[in-house]
This record gives sequence, C-alpha cells and structure tokens, in this order.
Amino acid sequence: MPLSRLSSPFLAGTNRVTLQMLQLLFALIPGVIAIVYFFGPSVLINITLAVVVALLAEALMLWLRNRPLKPFLTDGSAIVTAVLLAIAIPPLAPWWLTVTGILFAIIFAKHLYGGLGYNPFNPAMIAYVLLLISFPLEMTTWLPVSSLSEQPLDLSSAFQFIFNGQLTNSMDAVSGATPLDAMKTQIGLHQIPVHVFQQPVFGLWGGKGWEWINIWLAVGGAFLLYRRVISWHIPVAMLAGLSAISLMTWLVAPEITGSPIFHLLSGGTMLGAFFIATDPITASTTVKGKLVFGAGVGLLTYIIRIWGGYPDGVAFAVLIMNMLVPLIDYYTQPKVYGAVK
Amino acid sequence: MTQKLGSFPGGLKLNGQKKRSTQVAIRKMPLSNKLILPLQQHIGEASTPIVAVGDKVLKGQKIANAEGHVSVPLHAPTSGTIIAIDEQPIPHPSGLSALCISIETDGNDEWIERHPISDYTKLSAHEIRQLIREAGIVGLGGAGFPSFIKLNPSVHHTVETLIINGVECEPYITCDDMIMRERADGILDGIEIMCFALHVKDCVIAIEDNKPEAISAMELALSARPHLKDTKVVSIPTRYPTGSEKQLIQVITGKQVPSRGLPIDIGVVSHNVGTTYAVARAIKHGEPLISRIVTVTGREVKNAGNFETLFGTPMHELLSFCGTERQAGEPFILGGPMMGYNLSGDHLPVTKTANCIIVGVDDGAKSSTPLPCIRCGECAVACPVSLLPQQLYWYSRAKDLDKASEYNLFDCIECGCCSYVCPSEIPLVHYFRFAKTEIMTQQQENAKADVARIRHENRLERLEQEQQEKELRQQQRKAALAATQAAKAKQAAESESSAEPTTTDSQETQ
Repeated sequence: MPLSRLSSPFLAGTNRVTLQMLQLLFALIPGVIAIVYFFGPSVLINITLAVVVALLAEALMLWLRNRPLKPFLTDGSAIVTAVLLAIAIPPLAPWWLTVTGILFAIIFAKHLYGGLGYNPFNPAMIAYVLLLISFPLEMTTWLPVSSLSEQPLDLSSAFQFIFNGQLTNSMDAVSGATPLDAMKTQIGLHQIPVHVFQQPVFGLWGGKGWEWINIWLAVGGAFLLYRRVISWHIPVAMLAGLSAISLMTWLVAPEITGSPIFHLLSGGTMLGAFFIATDPITASTTVKGKLVFGAGVGLLTYIIRIWGGYPDGVAFAVLIMNMLVPLIDYYTQPKVYGAVK
Repeated sequence: MTQKLGSFPGGLKLNGQKKRSTQVAIRKMPLSNKLILPLQQHIGEASTPIVAVGDKVLKGQKIANAEGHVSVPLHAPTSGTIIAIDEQPIPHPSGLSALCISIETDGNDEWIERHPISDYTKLSAHEIRQLIREAGIVGLGGAGFPSFIKLNPSVHHTVETLIINGVECEPYITCDDMIMRERADGILDGIEIMCFALHVKDCVIAIEDNKPEAISAMELALSARPHLKDTKVVSIPTRYPTGSEKQLIQVITGKQVPSRGLPIDIGVVSHNVGTTYAVARAIKHGEPLISRIVTVTGREVKNAGNFETLFGTPMHELLSFCGTERQAGEPFILGGPMMGYNLSGDHLPVTKTANCIIVGVDDGAKSSTPLPCIRCGECAVACPVSLLPQQLYWYSRAKDLDKASEYNLFDCIECGCCSYVCPSEIPLVHYFRFAKTEIMTQQQENAKADVARIRHENRLERLEQEQQEKELRQQQRKAALAATQAAKAKQAAESESSAEPTTTDSQETQ
C-alpha cells in the first residue's frame, strides 16, 4: 500500500479547486442563457474568444514563469476569469476590447502578482475597470434588450460586428443605455422618477431584461450555496448592505434613487454577489471578515451608483474592498480555543 | 443521559470504517520468541534499566526504573532472559533508534508474585498513585502521559468532574470500543479507584453514538452498581475530533481549557477507557501494564480485529498473524489515519501507545502536487480550535515564525481537519509540525545562547575584577615601595645631617 503523504492525515476530502471552478462555470449557465435571450447570442462569441485568449495567455505566462502547464491550465481559474469578464462587458464589445481585457487580467492582474492564489485583486474586475476607464464609449454602449430593438441581432451579424465593426443596420438602432445609466442621466436632468421608470428600458422591478438576468444569476448562486462552493456570508452581506442603504435613501428621498428591488436586480448586482465578491483568493477569509467584506461591497456599489461617475459600481466596490482585505482579516480573527483574555 | 451537551466549532464527519475490526471478540496475540522493549514508551524521561544481559526475568518483573518525576517504570511482559540492552529501531516518525531491552521468551509465561489489593479504600490517595506509577501506567489513548500525574491535583485545584474518554473519534480504531463492550466491569472498577484517588464524585463516561454496543454494555454494567449514582454514560454526537481531550471537555462541560493550561485548571480530569481498565488491573490484581489491545485493520488485512498484545511484540508478527498481503518494508500506519504516522520498519515493537495498525486506507489521499492556497477559508471553518490555518500556512512557509506564533500556532492540536478539507491538497499539518519544531529548536538555541552569554558576561566581569584587584595590589605595592624608598632616603639624609630620626613616621607609613 503506497502511502502518498509523508505525514498524517492520510485521508482527504473530495473538495478540489478544479471541481469548485467547474461548478462555478456550471452555475453561470442560467445567467448566460438569460443574457442570450435578452441581448442575443453575441455574448457567446465573447465568451469563446475570451476563454481562448485567456488559456493562451495563461500558458504563455506559465511558460515564461517556468511553471508546470498542466495543473494550472486545467484548474479552471483562467476560464472562470474569462467567462466573468465576457459576461460583464457589453454583448457587442469589439473583439479587441475583449482581448485587451483578458490579456490584462491574466498577465498583469494574475501572473505578475504570482499566479493562482497570489493576486490581491479580482482579475476580471481589474480588467473590467481598465476597459471602463480607457474605453468608456465601448464599455457603456449596450444593446437594447431584443424586445426593444426593431431587429434582434442574429449570430452572424453579431460576429460581423465584433470582428469587423460593421452592422447590417445602422449603429444607432442597436446601441442603447443601460437602465442604471438611464436612471442616472434622466434623474440628473431633473426628470421625475415616476416618469423615468416608465421608460421602455425599465421593466417590472429593475431594468427590462436585466432583472431576469439577475434572477437567473441568483439561481446559479443558490446552486453554488447548495453545493457549498461558496458560503452564504459574502452574498448575503452584500445584498443586505445594498438593500439597507438603498432602502434608507429611497425612504428619505424617493425622487432621486431607485427602490431596493431595482438596485438588487440591476446591473451587476447578482453577478457580483455570487460570482465575483465570493472569489476566495481576493475576498476576506475569516467568517466575520466575510460579512464585513460583503457589506462593504454592497454599500460601495450603491454609493458609486448614486454619487459616482460611472453607472455601475460593483467592479469598483469589489476592488476597493479587495484592498481592505488584509486589514479586515487582521481585525476579525476568531477567538482561539482557550484564549486567555 | 439528560445532560446538555456543549459543542465545538468545525470538525468533520468522517466515514468510521470501524465495522471491519469489530466483527470478532478481542483475541490474544500468541507469544513471540523475542520482545523488544523501548525504555521510553511514555512522555517524559526514559526509564533506566535495572537488569543486565543474561538475567532471568519473570512476567511482571520490573526491568527499568522511572527516572525523575515525569516517568514510569517498565516491566517484563513475560518470563525469559534478557538478551540485549542496546539501540533498536523504535516506532517513531523520525525512524530513529533508541535504547531497548530485548527479552528472549521462555514460553512459560511465569508470573512474579503479585499483590492484589482487595480493599483499596484502606489506602491513601498517595499510595494509590504510587501503585499506579509502579505499574507503569500511561495514557493508552495515544499520548502516553504518565497517568499518576493526572491523578494528582495540586492543593490549589479541586476536581469537579472525571471524564472517561471512550469517544474514539478517529476512523478505523476500535480498541476502546471493544474494551468497553467486553470489559465494562473492569472499567467501572478503575473509575471507582480513580474517583477515590481524586476525591471526586461526578464521572462522565463519554462515548460517541456510533458505538451503541459499547454504550449499552457500559450502561448495563453501571446499572449493577447503584452506589455509582453520580457516574453516567453520555452518548455524544459522532464528529471528528471529539475524542481530543480539549474538544471533549468542551462538549461535556461547555468550558474551554485555557491556552497552555491543563484540564485541571477548570476542574476536569480525563482518562482513556483503556487506561482506566489498566488501573483496575494494577490495583485489584496487582498486574503491571504489560500488554494492550491493538486494532489491526485496513483494506489489506484479511483477518482484522483487536488483539491483546504484549509490549515488545514485533509489529510484523502481529500483521502476519492477521494475514496481510503486505510485503516487507511496505509502509503502514500506526495510530489513526488522521493523526497517526506511517512506518515501514519490520521489526518495530508494539509499545504502550500503539493503539492501531492500519494497512491500506480505503479513501486515502492521492499523491498529487498541491496547488497554491486559494484562501477559500475551508480550513478555518473546519478547525476545531478556531485557528486560521491559511494564515499559519503563509507564515510557516515563509518561515516567519514570530508571526506564526502570534497566530497561535501552538494551540494547533494537529487533528488534520484543515488538510482534509483543503481543495488545493496542501499538507497543512505537515507545515505546522515543521514550524513548531523550528520554533522549539530556536527557543532551545536561544536558551543555550542565553546561558553562554551570561557565562561570557560573568567571565568578563570576573576578569575585570581580577584586573582591578591586580592594579590595586600593584598600586599598593608601588605606594609601599615608594614609601620605603622615601623613608630610606630620608633616613640616609637624616643620618647624614642630624641623628634625630623620624623613625616612628617611617614605621607608620610602612
């Protein structure tokens, strides 16, 4: 009987990094289907492109860093980063936007910090913010949901646009602001919120389409909770933090903000709560710390959405909280058994 | 049975794998031709031999004396001849050798005269402790701490509860389970003696609920002793590592043993069921500790079970008696799969702490290169002591030993829960053991350096003092010399000029 380990324990559980990553990808499927349903199939092109580029970049960096290829290419982490970024950026993002983002995420945000496990910032969010700051036009031009546009986009025209920048119909017909963006601009123009929210871009509770994408992402998140890939602390704290502050301001000044439900089901809320803020590498590790971290992401998301310069704040909120993780972890250490005061 | 139980954080639900070795009653391992007895089978100082090569010894005869306070004597497990007192490989993870007494058995198994005590209540607590010490009894749960010390609370402590540990939470091990099933009365005898020695009434026999046979056997035996009304059997939920002393105390009493303190600090003393049984044998039958029950089990053991084995019996004989396909030199596990260690020597002897031998774990860790830590925190969730293993891992790996200590490295009980749950398959406990050893070595070196420094400083001081004394003496001599010279010169001058001397002055200066 060859014993594989030098010392005890000689038993091992079944939890594996790769398994976690695969379950995470699996949990994204309902959300991706919802995106395809509302924004057309172009997101699938982005995902494919992003994954291919991410794996190539990962392989290149591993080779340059003299690290073994197989364990790290198959751990799934690069694919997760790629898919998350591809979902976060607009469905009709030109190919170079995706490629730039992925290269930056894998090369700079991940490998220059030491690769898997060593990056202090969430690579997908770093890349998202880089793109948002560098290419604000491309990053904020979203398709209107397919029921709003006159001609829904099919796969071949999406392909043509992404790689050639050309469309069969005119550009104006496909571009549109996101509901969060609309709210911000319209309220900025002193429109009455009741009227603002009656615009076709808004749906039942949040943005049209967006609300369903968020709900299906949350369903995927519930699967992750059920499979114990993530713990409840970060998502619950983040959603609670976002709800609490939006409820407060909504009760005080309903004329300038959306309702808590609107905020929960708009933009990247659910993607952030279940798939991004929960990234173990960059989040807090202690139980109490996870609550603080999650709540911080929720509060900052709202603050940036309402008072910041960008329509959505999830990415910035996550990065700011990433920065605070060492501090949070230090002050939220659990009380050790038998600790003497 | 209505006791409210406490709980501890973390822990694991493990597959017990205990059925395999509980199908047959405890069997006796046949007498081996040669027994090898390491002088150190307990925590503390090794014992000193009091026999010489060639001596004939009887079963139960003392062959080595306790050395210092934290130590116990050693006895011949059977009759025979001492054939060697030399270095032999011992069952230790380091694979080192240590001084052992080897006995060639004569097959007669002839006892030395025994002194059973029919009424221990006539003895003092001190006398009982001495008898337990003289019987060589140490904790049989695995640690091997001399039991008499744990029966000797200082005047500052009162013992409120005696906990008898029959939890046996590690998978595969069943020796405590079997001894409770088969020798419940003997265990109760031991409990009575221990309660008497500790002046304590309340006793809790803690057993995990995956051992219903042991629970009912203990309850049945207890029901026949109405005078033990403050002793109760408590069934506790099966969760690893409930059998660890600190965690068990937390479950039973809800209290935590202070860090770097002892259970006695919160009024608790705990002993393993096997130890308790050994105490009864020592007092009521006058038999020293010369054998123990060893579980032999594992996927590759055909005839798994529990065996009453004399100390010194070579493990390979025990294994071949049970029928294994193990080839010479193949590794096996001594202890449980979570906290035991792997050995591969063939002639290693069974010692007082050898509770279980496993050949072939069913769901063993695969050999793979660990991935980097992804900081998922699963280890912190699983830790029964509420440590942050991922932080300890960073600091241990970086050899930042001060930080590791600051993150309470020394509160780690090495239960292995963190390594078990790690999705990157990092052998965390291995790192912690390494860091602990490093720190202890460093502390020893620091202590040595301190001694050397103090010695050096003392020496410098001494030299300086000598120097000063020397200078002082020199000055005195110079002064004296100068004075005599001056006196002489004066005398000469005076003898020349006038005859009236100042002899008295010159005498005074001298």
